[in-house]
Parts: sequence; C-alpha cells; structure tokens
Amino acid sequence: MSVRSASVENMTEPSSLTVDERRAAGEADEAALLADGPRADELVWARGLSKKFGEFTAVDGIDISVRRGEAFGFLGPNGAGKSSTMRMIGAVSPATDGRLRILGRDPGTDGPAIRARLGVVPQTDNLDQELTVRENLLIYGRYFGIPRAQIRARADELLDFVQLTDRADDLVEPLSGGMKRRLTIARSLINEPELLLLDEPTTGLDPQARHALWDRLFRLKQRGVTLVLTTHYMDEAEQLCDRLVVMDKGRIAAEGAPAELIGTYSTREVLELRFATGENESHADGLADLAERIEVLPDRLLLYTDDGDGAATAVVERGLRPASVLVRRSSLEDVFLRLTGRSLVE
Amino acid sequence: MAFGTQEAPSDADLPWSVRRSLPRGSQAVFEGKMLNYKGNWKGSVVSSVLEPVLFLAAMGISLGTLVDQGGRLDQGVDYLVFLAPGLLAATAMQTATFESTYPIMGALKWHKTFEGILSTPVKVRDLVTGHLLFILFRLVTTLAVFLAVMGAFGALEMPLGLLALPAAVLTGLAFAAPVSAFAAWVQNDAGFAALLRFGIVPMFLFSGTFFPVDQLPAVLQPVAYATPLWHGVSLTRGLSVGQLDPLLAMVNVGYLAVLLLVGVWLARRQFAKRLVI
Ligand SMILES: Nc1ncnc2c1ncn2[C@@H]1O[C@H](COP(=O)(O)OP(=O)(O)OP(=O)(O)O)[C@@H](O)[C@H]1O
Ligand SMILES: [Mg+2]
Repeated sequence: MSVRSASVENMTEPSSLTVDERRAAGEADEAALLADGPRADELVWARGLSKKFGEFTAVDGIDISVRRGEAFGFLGPNGAGKSSTMRMIGAVSPATDGRLRILGRDPGTDGPAIRARLGVVPQTDNLDQELTVRENLLIYGRYFGIPRAQIRARADELLDFVQLTDRADDLVEPLSGGMKRRLTIARSLINEPELLLLDEPTTGLDPQARHALWDRLFRLKQRGVTLVLTTHYMDEAEQLCDRLVVMDKGRIAAEGAPAELIGTYSTREVLELRFATGENESHADGLADLAERIEVLPDRLLLYTDDGDGAATAVVERGLRPASVLVRRSSLEDVFLRLTGRSLVE
Repeated sequence: MAFGTQEAPSDADLPWSVRRSLPRGSQAVFEGKMLNYKGNWKGSVVSSVLEPVLFLAAMGISLGTLVDQGGRLDQGVDYLVFLAPGLLAATAMQTATFESTYPIMGALKWHKTFEGILSTPVKVRDLVTGHLLFILFRLVTTLAVFLAVMGAFGALEMPLGLLALPAAVLTGLAFAAPVSAFAAWVQNDAGFAALLRFGIVPMFLFSGTFFPVDQLPAVLQPVAYATPLWHGVSLTRGLSVGQLDPLLAMVNVGYLAVLLLVGVWLARRQFAKRLVI
C-alpha cells in the first residue's frame, strides 16, 4: 500500500522526489502491479473494470475474481450492467478502463485464444434460424476448428443432454422459445469449454426445463467446468451459485456466498403483512419499533426481525388486523431489496 | 465428454503462435454460408441463372434484329454479341449486391448470427473474408452457366472469351466488398432501396450494358465512365468479343482491384464498429 501511495505522489508532484527515489518507486510499483495479477486458479480476474457507451457508464470500476471450479453469479436489476460485464468477460466487448484477465490472458490481445476455451449463452439467442437444430451445432463447432466427425458425435450427445434429439432435424425458426434456449445452451458446450458464461440462462424456460437445466449445470460443475451466470431468479442463484455479487448501477453493491449475504444484509426472519390496498404505507410508522427495518412495498409490508412470530403477535396485540400474516426465513430477495431498493422479479 | 479440467486442454501445450492460427475462421464462415445456401439454392439458381438467360434471349434476339438492321455497332459485331458480356457483368453486380445487402443486415441486426460467431475464435476479418469467399463461389457458378449459354448463342470469341469469366467475377467482388460495408453502415433496409434506385439500377441502364456510353449526352459520359460497372463491362466485353485494348484493360482491372481492396478495408472497419462494442 505504501508503495502505491508513493507512486501516486510521484505522479502528482514529480519535483518533490529525486530521480533515484522516483526510479525506485517506479520499480517497486511495477513489481506490485505484477504481483497484483490473477492467481493461477483465477479464471476471471478484473480490477477497476469499466465500460462506457459514449458518456454513459454501464460498468463502473468493478473488481471480480472467479476461481476454477466455482459457480459465480451476478444479480442485479435491469440495466445494472450484468450483460455488459459478461460481454467483456466473453472477450467480445473491449473494456473502456481497468484490467481484465480471462484464463490468465488479456482479452485485448488474446481474444481468439480465450474464446476458444469459453462457452457463451448470450441473453438473447442468436441461433441461425434458417438451419436445423443439428446444423446449428455442426457449424458452430466448425467456428472452433473442431473436425467434423468429432462435432457430429458431440452434437448427438449434446442434443440428448438438452432433450432435443427428436427435433434434431427440424428448422430452428418454429421451435418454442424454451427449446431455442436449450439449443443455445447445447451450442455453448460444443467446444467443451473450461469456463461457461450464461446470461440469464433460464429466462423463458418452464419450471420443469429450469430444474432440468440446473441439474445439468450442476453436473457440468462437477466435471470441473467453471460457471459464471446472471439471473433474476433468487432460487436459481441460491441453487447454483457458490458465490455471487449484487450489481446496481454499474457497481458491485455486495459480494459473498448466498448464506453470507443473507446473514450480513438481512435478519433471520421476515414478517410479511398485507393490509387493504393503499393502507400498507400508513401502518409502517406505527410498526417501526417492532422490527430492525421495515420495507414498504405497494402490496405489503416487510418487517425484518429475528423473531417473526413475536412481531406478529405484537401486531395483533396492537389491534391491527392485516388481511394476511406470513412469517418466513430471509432470502436473497430481501438482500436484493435492501441493496437495490427493488424487488428481484418485478 | 471431456469438459474443463478433466482432460488436459488439447491446445495448451502448443506454442502460443501455433495455437493462435489453429482454427481457420474465414473457411468456417464460408462453410456456414454454404450450409445456409444449401437450403435455398434452387430459388437462387432460378433467379440468377434463368433470368439473365431469358433476358439475353429476349433482348438479344428481338431487339438485336432491330439494332442490327439500323447499322452495326462500333466493334462491328451483332447486338447479341455486344449485349451478352454487358449482361454478364451486370449479373455479377446484381448477384454480389443482393448477397451483400439483406444477408449482411440479417446476420448483423435481425438474427445477430454474426454476434454468435464472434463468441468463437473467429475474428471480424474472418467474417468479411468468409463472406467474400461465398460471393466468389456464387459468382463463379452463376457466371459459368451464363458464359456457357453465351457460347451456345455464339456470343463468345474463343479462347480469349473464357477470360470474361474471371473478369466478371472480379467485377462482382469489387461490388460485394463496398456494398457489404454499406450494409453494415446503414441502420435499416431503407438504405438498400436507395442503393438500388440511385446506384445499381442507373448503372445497369447507363453504364454500357445495353449501348455504348459515347451515345449518352456529353455531360453524362464522364459519370458513366467513372462507374465500376462500366469498367467491369468494358473489361468483360473486350475479352468476350475478342477485341481487347490492353491499356484500357489494365485501367479496368486496376480500378476494380482498388475498389475491392478499399471495400474490404471499409467492410472490416464497419463490421467492427457494429459488432465490437
Ligand atoms: N450497445 C450499447 N449501447 C449503449 N448503451 C448500452 C449498450 N449496451 C448496454 N447499454 C446500456 O448499459 C446499461 C447496462 O446494460 P446491461 O445490458 O449490461 O444491463 P443488464 O444488467 O444486463 O440488464 P438486464 O437485467 O435488463 O439484462 C443499460 O443502461 C443499457 O442501456
Ligand atoms: Mg442483461
């Protein structure tokens, strides 16, 4: 740290240091920078990573480390900068500022070599609509330079993996949204990636398909594939992610394992009260002393407390008769609400 | 399957420089376009081969009779012989333009397939090269059939006339590259209507396809001589009629080659602007 502040002074007031002092500070600084790089097991490493579109800052100086074998999640409201970050990690969108290393390499210079070892599921499907399901996999494998025979074998396995074998020779265009999503996921695995980037992988899938996909992602993880995903579903984040960050307005608002985040940013329990429409807000002040914190939503009040039942009894003792009373454990949704002021699913 | 760390990554032991050149991006892009083409080649054969052939038959024979009665053309050849290479070059222009407008915009904007391809080791320049390889294929096949028909009509001076094929192919490529750049530049397909109305159609009509440019009003002649199609027609016709002016041919080839190279440069730049954001 002292070395770095010396170098900052060095930059702002060059005349206050002798040449030798400056040289020493510069060398030390370089050594510090070298040490300040990704460790061998950090597949994604970002420091001060930023993305601007014109004047608008979509990603505002974030630090990330994703270790090999980990499942890492991005949670955040619409426009938080999740996809912009994923595209930079995918080595397709150049960073405006900051340092980024993927698989230990610089996407600015080694983009193709990095992408060769990534699997990418973009937020919006970009399949070739005029080709069949199988052809989409075959040609995508060719973009990775994989021999045809090998792709064909993998394509069969992958179609089975995402349960599209019976649609293999149908055109993509008339497939349902969920089927296209599954095909995109199969496509992302054609090069047997080390690092899989999934931008809202299960949006648009029915519950059964979602659970099937979670199961498959979990199996990939067991095989050693590192997962980085974004999601708007907290059950997905809780199920899949070892660690996650909550992003808001281009910055990281919190980071940790799901349970850690709940422990840090929420109480053990939550008391949910529903009053008649329009009355929720007016009751908030009168109940403030019963909870550590109160969240007023349009349709209900959330009272954060470690003793939900006790608070519920107290509410009734005050002569209030809410239309419904529910005590539940805190979830990631509550963390999200606290940090971003918005519900996860709006 | 061998995911992640289960198996040593197959390319990790290779020197970095070798690993980098492993996948042939442009070739894969070409394969992808061929796979698409396989699905609709019948339609394209009808439009790009049958149409000009019918045109040649109708215009060359009917109009030709009238023109030939009224007096011979400069080169002293039948109107059919004069018209055929013009149509050959114009067909090259049309095929290249068609394949470089809607398909490019579709892949860039509507279906975003280019975005998908760029998530692989394929680079922006591979997209441009692969696309041009496909245009090359389309031009060679379409124009070869056209040339054969010309031969059957007796509108080809042998053996020099065979070189009309590469000449017309060069003409097509010289259009494909800048038109691709244009397709990546405009925001929607209204730009294509303008390109056709103010570029392709006037060139088709007035750049020497149907009549020599020196029959245009004097003020318009320099404009016609400056168009790429005129250079394409001039080169193609010189070869198929068997009356090549070497100096003029060199100018024609030079013009088309420069247009192709500038077009490739512009296309790479414009593709990157739209895709690498
Ligand atoms: N190509 C672009 N040009 C201009 N602005 C952009 C571009 N891409 C993203 N943005 C802006 O950057 C911000 C972050 O967008 P991003 O897509 O990263 O958000 P997100 O967290 O993925 O949101 P969502 O949950 O809706 O997918 C938004 O305000 C968006 O409008
Ligand atoms: Mg997004």
